[in-house]
Amino acid sequence: MSAPNKTYDPVAVSALSDDAVAAAREAALAAITAAADLEALKAVRLEHAGDRSPLALANREIGALPPAAKAEAGKRVGQARAAVKRALEEREVVLAHLRDERVLVEEAVDVTVPVDRRPRGARHPLTTLMERIEDVFLAMGYEIAEGPEVETEWHNFDALNIAPDHPARTMQDTFFVGSPEGGVVLRTHTSPVQVRSMLDRPLPIYVACPGRVYRTDELDATHTPVFHQVEGIVVDEGITMGDLKGTLDHFAAAMFGAGIVTRLRPSYFPFTEPSAEVDLQCFVCRGASVGDPDHPCRTCSSEGWIEWGGCGMVNPRVLTACGIDTTRYTGFAFGMGIERTLMFRHGITDMRDMVEGDVRFTLAFGMES
Amino acid sequence: MRAPLSWIRRYVPVPQDQGGRDVAARLVAAGLEVETVEVLGSEVTGPLVVGRVRSVEELTEFTKPIRYCRVAVGAGNGEVLDGTTTDERGIVCGASNFAAGDLVVVALPGAVLAGGFAIASRQTYGRVSDGMITSERELGLGEDHSGIIVLPAGTAEPGDSGYPLLGLGDAVLDIAVTPDRGYALSIRGIAREVATAYGLPFEDPALVDPESLLGQPSGEPPHACSIADPSAADRFVLRTIAGLDPTAPSPQWMRRALVACGMRPVSLAVDVTNYVMLELGQPLHAFDRAKLRGPLTVRRAAPGEVLETLDHTRRPLDPDDVVIADPHGPLAVAGIMGGLDSEIDDDSHAVVIEAVHFAAHAIARGSRRHKLSSEASRRFERGVDPQLPAIASARAAALLVALGGATYVGTDRVDAVPPTEPVTIPADLPGRIAGMPIPVDRVSAHLAAVGADVQVQDAALVVTPPSWRPDLRDPFDLVEEVVRLEGYDSLPSTLPQARPGFGLTTDQRLRRRVGRALAGAGLVEVLSYPFTGSAELDALGVPADDPRRALVRLANPLSDEAPQLRTTLLPGLVAAARRNLSRGATDLALAEVGLVFRGAGVGESADPPRPPVTRRPSDVEVAALEAQLPAQPRHVAGLLTGERDRGGWWGPGRRADWSDAIGVVSGLAEELGVAIDVAPAVHMPWHPGRCAAISVAGAVIGHAGELHPRVVEALDLPARTVAFEVDLDALLAHVPAAAPAPVISTMPVAKEDLAVVVGAEVPAERVRAALLRGGGALLESVRLFDTYEGAQVGEGRRSLAFALRLRAPDRTLSTAEVAEVRAAALAAAQAECGAVLRA
Repeated sequence: MSAPNKTYDPVAVSALSDDAVAAAREAALAAITAAADLEALKAVRLEHAGDRSPLALANREIGALPPAAKAEAGKRVGQARAAVKRALEEREVVLAHLRDERVLVEEAVDVTVPVDRRPRGARHPLTTLMERIEDVFLAMGYEIAEGPEVETEWHNFDALNIAPDHPARTMQDTFFVGSPEGGVVLRTHTSPVQVRSMLDRPLPIYVACPGRVYRTDELDATHTPVFHQVEGIVVDEGITMGDLKGTLDHFAAAMFGAGIVTRLRPSYFPFTEPSAEVDLQCFVCRGASVGDPDHPCRTCSSEGWIEWGGCGMVNPRVLTACGIDTTRYTGFAFGMGIERTLMFRHGITDMRDMVEGDVRFTLAFGMES
Repeated sequence: MRAPLSWIRRYVPVPQDQGGRDVAARLVAAGLEVETVEVLGSEVTGPLVVGRVRSVEELTEFTKPIRYCRVAVGAGNGEVLDGTTTDERGIVCGASNFAAGDLVVVALPGAVLAGGFAIASRQTYGRVSDGMITSERELGLGEDHSGIIVLPAGTAEPGDSGYPLLGLGDAVLDIAVTPDRGYALSIRGIAREVATAYGLPFEDPALVDPESLLGQPSGEPPHACSIADPSAADRFVLRTIAGLDPTAPSPQWMRRALVACGMRPVSLAVDVTNYVMLELGQPLHAFDRAKLRGPLTVRRAAPGEVLETLDHTRRPLDPDDVVIADPHGPLAVAGIMGGLDSEIDDDSHAVVIEAVHFAAHAIARGSRRHKLSSEASRRFERGVDPQLPAIASARAAALLVALGGATYVGTDRVDAVPPTEPVTIPADLPGRIAGMPIPVDRVSAHLAAVGADVQVQDAALVVTPPSWRPDLRDPFDLVEEVVRLEGYDSLPSTLPQARPGFGLTTDQRLRRRVGRALAGAGLVEVLSYPFTGSAELDALGVPADDPRRALVRLANPLSDEAPQLRTTLLPGLVAAARRNLSRGATDLALAEVGLVFRGAGVGESADPPRPPVTRRPSDVEVAALEAQLPAQPRHVAGLLTGERDRGGWWGPGRRADWSDAIGVVSGLAEELGVAIDVAPAVHMPWHPGRCAAISVAGAVIGHAGELHPRVVEALDLPARTVAFEVDLDALLAHVPAAAPAPVISTMPVAKEDLAVVVGAEVPAERVRAALLRGGGALLESVRLFDTYEGAQVGEGRRSLAFALRLRAPDRTLSTAEVAEVRAAALAAAQAECGAVLRA
């Protein structure tokens, strides 16, 4: 480094010449442009804008110039350094962006690889279907009632107008607990919960009872000794069969879509009078397949209707056995098989799929059915 | 009940354009469940004619009997000989229940039989067979393939068409008769419903004076009858005939009707009783008078009496059984099945026809007791028209006189049928119950159509039900008749207005939450049968004095291996796991929520409480009923085997271990907000060193951990299978009604690690609890993060490293305060568990 020129001594300082500054500036700019990444740019910054860079060195020489020349040289070097600094900043932005882009590319993964570290669980479709049915009735203001599965014959039969010698007792093949005369059975239907509701609850009663029931059928594709029903019972003043029909229609629409209705056919149950079978309008073809062999419906076998359950007006004898004033109150009751509903709703053809506990079956339904 | 449409048409002029399906639709709407409509021989086409067997040649060179027959089939239907069509064909036949001269039914070449079987002239057994002599099954009339159809002599001539003769083309309605509709177990009853459904007149075949059918009795004394037990029967009519030709065949029209109804023709006397039963609904029994040793009576069986019934079964009789007996003993289980000894046979010339009106419940009990359901018992237990015994027995006797050459000897009878009580109903009751107005004249008309006598008295109807409807005894029974005839299709669709409800109960809501939590934790729900046997408990190593051995027993289990009800959910889960494993699954996490049943001797009472149903039972009576039932708590259980966390590109998987079983339970408890205690326990079927007792408020409510290796081996489960089972009811009982909100401090947390050394047998949870207690209010949480056993801590010792979090609600804790809490925690652990600070 030259010592400061106290006196005017027009010694030519070559580093401050026009050419030299321009060359340093151009070299710097070229190097900046050529820097491929931030690492290279860092080296360029050191070489062309660092303390030992030509322009920095040139800057120091300014002090040695005669005062008259200082301004011009200062301006020239200053402009060059500013240009280099600006170019560096601009290039850094570009390169930082490029680096970010490259990192994102490099970090890319195959998102299609399996991500199932924790095996999935599932609820049984019968459970979720029962809950769904419960929700339909809860929305109508009903309550959900339950009862024991080992039940007294009095609750399961006697109170339901099924006398000890009534042929209806042989209609339902009953599991007897203990001895056949011991008065205790596995409940053959959810109807004893009706009786319990009427004994336990204040009137009026609006209750649905889903639950497990038992009959002595061997397991095969269409029978199971253990299955599920949902039963509904209403006891109030002025309850009519029209109310029963309307309730079933609402139930059908809530489960199977707006506009789906039910049909009642006369039938017989000891605990209802009048009694009826409930048919559900086919929710797939809505009856369009009837008489149209070109477009058969597998859900309803082209019948237009699907057998769904039984129902009727609560037999006054049942109300009497529960201590309800039959001159003031009437009621209706209905019952459906949950398995059967699940089968036609989901096209299940073999009852065994629902009872064997094969996880592949249950997992197919997830958390809702 | 199978009902041929042709038979129904005899009493109702059903329009000819109405086929079986049309009639069935009307009956369904009226409440008769028509299961099928079958057209007899609907598949049969082409020439089917009556033939007379002219000659039979036995072909003996074959392994089975084969006959070559020459059969007259009517002029112009035979073989062509020298350009002339004869009246005879040669037919090879494998049946041998016929002889030369018999009338048979021949399918000529060109005919197609049931199953699409086309008949053609063909070479077989060395002869030309030029047609086929047919059996019932080949024509689609029935399943009888034991021989070919042999028509009664004189029925028809060779060449006559077989179609009308056999009733081919007739529709048969198969009706499932509900227990209230006994009258529909007859053509009479079904035809009445058809007439009502179509609004057509009905010609009641029972509306005759029975004695007019029979003419004068011969004057000889008829066989006598009596009713010794009035609770068993209230009408007994006994007709005596003599001189019956026991070989007289049943006419073809009767055989056709029986076959169409699914019964097999046997002999004239038997066929007549069956035919009249089908026609009118009254079961009849024909006895060979020569085999009777005195008057017939209806009585209960005496102790020790035994009867061999027609099905060749020796039946010890119960003193509650109703029998028909002569002075020497029982002859029939009344209303159910006759005895073998007094059966009609080929030598029965004098016959007595028994027609009784039995008490329905007596027959129902007997039928259940003997597990014997017959055509007779099915009718009697549903209730038979008490007016029928006289009519049906007269009809049968008259048929035997007309068809069997018999003479009518006379009748003895007992009559004690009480008059039918009228039922009074408000005239507007049917409309009120239906929910739509039904004018009184329509109500009356519907009840009259059912056969009731209806008297209008102001706003009430006094209704006397017809004798054939013993089921009509309550006002609501009449309501059903009116509404069903009005048509269920015309019911309005209205909605009753329920009071606002309270939604699910707390338990119901929580159980849903448990179900979702289990599935969320990766468990798949199964729903097992609750049937079990003690072998399953043996496999689980459940000790003899364990409460799980208090099994509820079934009287009639489906399987001898599973005659009891479960006291634990684990066997069901094991079975489901094994089924899944056998189907190729390797990693399983199964759960079940369901009832278990506990209580020995349930249902064994000889005299269980049976309160009357004519009033509400008293609280005492209800309590007595409830006392019959076993405890039925709801349990939750799970079983895990294989990988709990799967292996994959991220690294190796992790097999389910004892901690996962406990983890599911503690996760559930957290989900429910219940504080549970976990303590080591020895409890089968769990591994004694890897079993946790789960308790709430000091009471053990379940267990979790790894299954005992011996159990795993006995059950053929994968090694290290883990399981849990908890009394869910007990768990839910401790769910806080409303969890108090925590106070959230925004002050900084101080974190301290603390490693202590304790005896290896000291449970970590005990140390943790001691630290937490000792630390006091400023110690926010203590969590075990590492354990170490080895030389550094010494034999029989274990190092437990805990992460402590300390925080004050109102200030930043000073270093001194932190040290003080830490020291207090350590002091407590030292005092309670002998813990020392790890060097």
